Amino acid sequence: MMFSPEIETIDRKALREMQLERLKYIVRYAYENVPLYRRRFDEIGLKPEHIRTLKDIELIPYTTKDDLRDNYPYGMFAVPMKKIIRLHASSGTTGKPVVGGYTRRDLDNWSTCIARILMMAGATDEDIFHVAFGYGLFTGGFGLHYGVEKLGATVVPVSSGNTERQLMLMKDFGATALIATPSYAMYLAETAKSKGMLKDLKLRLVCMGAEASTAEMHESLQKLFGALPTENYGLTEVGGPGVSGECREKAGMHINEDMFYPEIVDMEHNRVLGEGELGEMVITTLTKEGMPVLRYRTKDITSITYEPCRCGRTLARMSRVVGRTDDMLIIRGVNVFPSQIESVLMGMDELGKMYEIVVDRVNYMDTIEVRVEVDDASLLTDYSKLEALVAKIRHNLRVVLQLDVKVKLVEPFSIRRTEGKVKRVIDLRKK
Amino acid sequence: MLVKQLSVFMENRPGRLYKLTHALGKEGIDFVTLSIADTKDFGIVRFIARDNERAYEILKNEGFTVGITELIGVEVDDKPNALAEVIALIEAANINIEYLYSFVLTNHNSAKILMRVEDTDRALKILTEKGIKLLSEKIL
Repeated sequence: MMFSPEIETIDRKALREMQLERLKYIVRYAYENVPLYRRRFDEIGLKPEHIRTLKDIELIPYTTKDDLRDNYPYGMFAVPMKKIIRLHASSGTTGKPVVGGYTRRDLDNWSTCIARILMMAGATDEDIFHVAFGYGLFTGGFGLHYGVEKLGATVVPVSSGNTERQLMLMKDFGATALIATPSYAMYLAETAKSKGMLKDLKLRLVCMGAEASTAEMHESLQKLFGALPTENYGLTEVGGPGVSGECREKAGMHINEDMFYPEIVDMEHNRVLGEGELGEMVITTLTKEGMPVLRYRTKDITSITYEPCRCGRTLARMSRVVGRTDDMLIIRGVNVFPSQIESVLMGMDELGKMYEIVVDRVNYMDTIEVRVEVDDASLLTDYSKLEALVAKIRHNLRVVLQLDVKVKLVEPFSIRRTEGKVKRVIDLRKK
Repeated sequence: MLVKQLSVFMENRPGRLYKLTHALGKEGIDFVTLSIADTKDFGIVRFIARDNERAYEILKNEGFTVGITELIGVEVDDKPNALAEVIALIEAANINIEYLYSFVLTNHNSAKILMRVEDTDRALKILTEKGIKLLSEKIL
């Protein structure tokens, strides 16, 4: 079953013609409506009419997360605020988030992308979707929500937290599909198992996003829930989830190529790579009105194949993301940059300059601990000062990261120094 | 009339207290008092050494975070209710006691109380007015 069969099985030549036409349009549209693009183009003497073939996209400079941050909050929008009917945001590399603005048509296209992805994962309009993504500025909750509605299935907008209640609702409402981060899906499965509730659940699909999953997770979820787990992909900067998703063949994530033009780039040599080669994913939005983004550097490392899939779809497939070209961490579906943590800690005079970030996974849930050396003796007059300091660091980190972080005060010189430089992040999840 | 105490930040993990006590012990520094408040992750070790200034320098050099806190010390008879009477005076003035510990010295038949209060000046004044015997550094 396909939500948009005419697109999902499109002849690749026809697709490329459609992409070229849309690319020409969006380049001119961005040039005329977004000051950043006009400036970037003018600087190198590039004109929208220079884009004559798909390959000409390589003439366009990349857009980075810093560009979006520098134009916070509305500088990248191509339409007046009156036309923007929704805002979302995700973490930036420092304190300020990256904002996305959506017109009515953008939301409609977004739901279409999600509906396609859910259907390719095996969903129908008879499914009952338990959405355990957080609802809020995060694109995951609302993005999936409206996609499920567009599909015509039932949406249960549970949002995140309170695992036991989630399981009760999944059981009582007869959820047949779960939407969650892979780590939370695992946690739900393990909790259901320990409470003897697995037999009460009717799940047949687990649709995961916001962070990468592993083959082992898919295997465990399949075994525990007796459901088919699939992964999908997206990022706030290009609109959120819905860029691509796995079909039941699970042979890569089908990219909604009528909306997103993907490239894989070897950034070191600034070279666009061919089919099957691993590199950084670069995405150009082909239909976005509110915030068109040209050649956005996702920093996600993946590869693409254009082979038609056994499922009948001709849309290109990207492999699961195998890594990052920057130091971004994904903690329980939330993007975290070590630089955000550093800016919080360095903004507090009472703290020393030595810290480290320890990421781990306990019971399938990511944990993040920030260890800070205490070298201010005036904190020692009174125990409550230390406790207040821990609470303040936690609070400040929460404000910036939107995430609960464990804070541990440690003795001076207890953080390892290697050649005078500290390894700031220790990721124990990597085996 | 105040007593200087050293406070050291310490993580709650094996070997840490040894490192501190040994650092001082091997330099021949003697403890007069020692008190540890701890929680799950970290604690504060509070003590008075025979030679506080040297102890401070040694620990600094060893890389400890060490602070100096001034405490009120009082001497009370070693008999029931003696401590309660002192505390009653402070509480009657609405002064919070942040922490307190006691110790005895051999060949003294009184108990020594060290306390850190919210408002040291006011507490000192009250105790002096009521004729409570205050400890000075010299007695230690």
